Amino acid sequence: MNRKLKNTIEMIGVYSVFGFMSIMILYPLLWALGMSLNEGTSLYSSSIIPENWSLVHYQWLFTDPNSNYVNWYKNSMIVSGSNAILSVIMTSLVAYAFSRYKFVGRKAGLYTFLILQMFPAMMAMVALYILLNLIGLLDTLSGLILIYVGGQIPFNAWLVKGYLDTIPRELDESARIDGAGHLTVFVKIILPLAKPILAVVALFNFMTPLFDFLLPSIILHSQKNYTIALGLFNFINDQFSNNFTRFAAGAMLIAIPVSIIYLFLQKYLISGLTSGGTKG
Amino acid sequence: MADDQLVTGNINKKHNPKLAMILSIIFAGLGQLYNKRYLKGFIFIILEIAFIITLIDFIGLGLWGIITLGTIPVTDHSIFLLVYGLISIIIILFAVLFYFLNVHDARKQAKQIKAGWKAPSLFDSVKEGYDKSFVYLLTTPGLILLVFTVVLPLLFAVSLAFTNYDLYNSPPRNLLDWVGFENFKSLLTVPLWRNTFFSVFSWTIVWTLVATSFQIALGLFLAVLANDSRVKFKKFFRTILILPWAVPGFVSILIFAAMFNDDFGTINRDIIIPLFGGSGINWLSDPFYTRIALIFIQTWLGYPFIFALFSGVLQSISKDWYEAAEVDGATRWQKFKNITLPHVLFATAPLLIIQYTTNFNNFNVIYLFNEGGPAVKGQNAGGTDILISWVYKLTFETNNFSMAAAISLIIGILISLFAIFQFRKTSSFKEEGQI
Repeated sequence: MNRKLKNTIEMIGVYSVFGFMSIMILYPLLWALGMSLNEGTSLYSSSIIPENWSLVHYQWLFTDPNSNYVNWYKNSMIVSGSNAILSVIMTSLVAYAFSRYKFVGRKAGLYTFLILQMFPAMMAMVALYILLNLIGLLDTLSGLILIYVGGQIPFNAWLVKGYLDTIPRELDESARIDGAGHLTVFVKIILPLAKPILAVVALFNFMTPLFDFLLPSIILHSQKNYTIALGLFNFINDQFSNNFTRFAAGAMLIAIPVSIIYLFLQKYLISGLTSGGTKG
Repeated sequence: MADDQLVTGNINKKHNPKLAMILSIIFAGLGQLYNKRYLKGFIFIILEIAFIITLIDFIGLGLWGIITLGTIPVTDHSIFLLVYGLISIIIILFAVLFYFLNVHDARKQAKQIKAGWKAPSLFDSVKEGYDKSFVYLLTTPGLILLVFTVVLPLLFAVSLAFTNYDLYNSPPRNLLDWVGFENFKSLLTVPLWRNTFFSVFSWTIVWTLVATSFQIALGLFLAVLANDSRVKFKKFFRTILILPWAVPGFVSILIFAAMFNDDFGTINRDIIIPLFGGSGINWLSDPFYTRIALIFIQTWLGYPFIFALFSGVLQSISKDWYEAAEVDGATRWQKFKNITLPHVLFATAPLLIIQYTTNFNNFNVIYLFNEGGPAVKGQNAGGTDILISWVYKLTFETNNFSMAAAISLIIGILISLFAIFQFRKTSSFKEEGQI
């Protein structure tokens, strides 16, 4: 009896912790969702459960001639999509070389990758601005993509290399004995086995530009070239209280699909990170 | 190669490795011609000629530029000269590496020829060349991109730290000068800089330690609770608990910024004032409360990753451990301390360390929440600015480029020292390439 009582009390404790956490987590999100459904634009007159339900802000985003929202969405998809594809190609080539070949500068290269990750990306911004200006890619999406693809190499090359190291070398050796060339081994043997980690790299590199506000804010100047994070930030940066409901509507349209994707994929993300990360 | 020597046995004593080496030093490819490797020799010669014709002027300009940073204001743009200079240095390094390989190759081959080795047919040598250079084909595109998007910009920033580039002394109107460690000296001696630097630095450390430790502690606590076999609806609770990770960070931070707003935020209006009365807490205008809010937000944002990570590890711990402990009459706390904790920490240590370094440079939370504010008297950074957001302000708001570069160099060195110390033992360095 005593034991059962203790058990019940404990479970009440556990569930109340979960309940408390659920409120802490859901309140801000539901609050923002509620804001986006309010009719007015001012936070003063808005509440979490709107008095007048309305989709007027969503409508504004898509139909108002002053709204660049669709453009931002498109830009973000272009940048994120290209970054994901190009990063996977670039990183897998580099990681394969570092995992399987002996060459001049291999060890120095690995140390360099590690050290490059330590320096804040912010440090490079001024120079990137000048360099892009030199080659005329300032305020373009291609300039932005180029920097993302280059910048992700040090971290992801390590991640993928760590994973490739766990694929037995006997596999590529026996393929080589059967007469497979360098490219064949890479494409037919390594790539299929590395799919899980490459999926993680693709997802990371899809998400990073989507959420990044810093780099686009330095490189992109014209409103129509903005990515979604930058555009949304500027919504509320100028006149905070006046545009928050509009911001909330725009934010919901990106947060909801992204969250759903994340929830589905989180297992793979974690396993990818631990397998690459803990083995170093 | 050893086999070849035995088979041919045709020792060529007259062939002189030293001569091959000297020829190759005089001009790339000559040593290869002497070794009768004509294709390779001609390719090397063409490469060197192309290098001299196309790049020598640029390199001359670059080296002159990086040493002097220009001599005539307006005509000479110090910043461009600096960039040209750095590019020249990178090109020279690669040329030296190539030249070294060329000399090494000529010498090695001449030695083999002297020992009686015969050159393979053209087809075989092309194939051998392909085998040896394949790895460079793999890495070159990435390398070039890396050099221009990461290495060069970082070198540029490091160089800026040793110049006097600020709003009042900026090209093309003025020329920059090398000032040595002047910026670092002012950071430690000029009172305004010193006060700001130490207060920002100490808050950065407190922020990193407290916010990250909260994240990890909460993540661990919830993971242990959710892993309890008696809990029902596990999947449901897991999904909710992981939600903050799934929502884009900048969206959550901006939502919090509105919720914490002093005047119209829901936290003051709907929670603090109704419960405690008064006129609410100055979340955004009192540094102390802004810091509390920031730590709360970062914990909210960061614990789900840890939670997900630990949940995975917890499930993989064998039940036998706990059963054995129960037989010995271990208390719950003892089981946690001696079985759960070591397992979890051992499996995830590198990722936990990365959490600390990420928060050290967590620009997004600090800047998007309150732009590092509120302003504080007697220093030129906001009350919640960490080093990285201070660098951002110095660069893009007050255009004090040199000082910003000096501070970011300090950040980089601090983190590198910390990380190199941590990562030295990892296995990736030990696994050598096989081919």
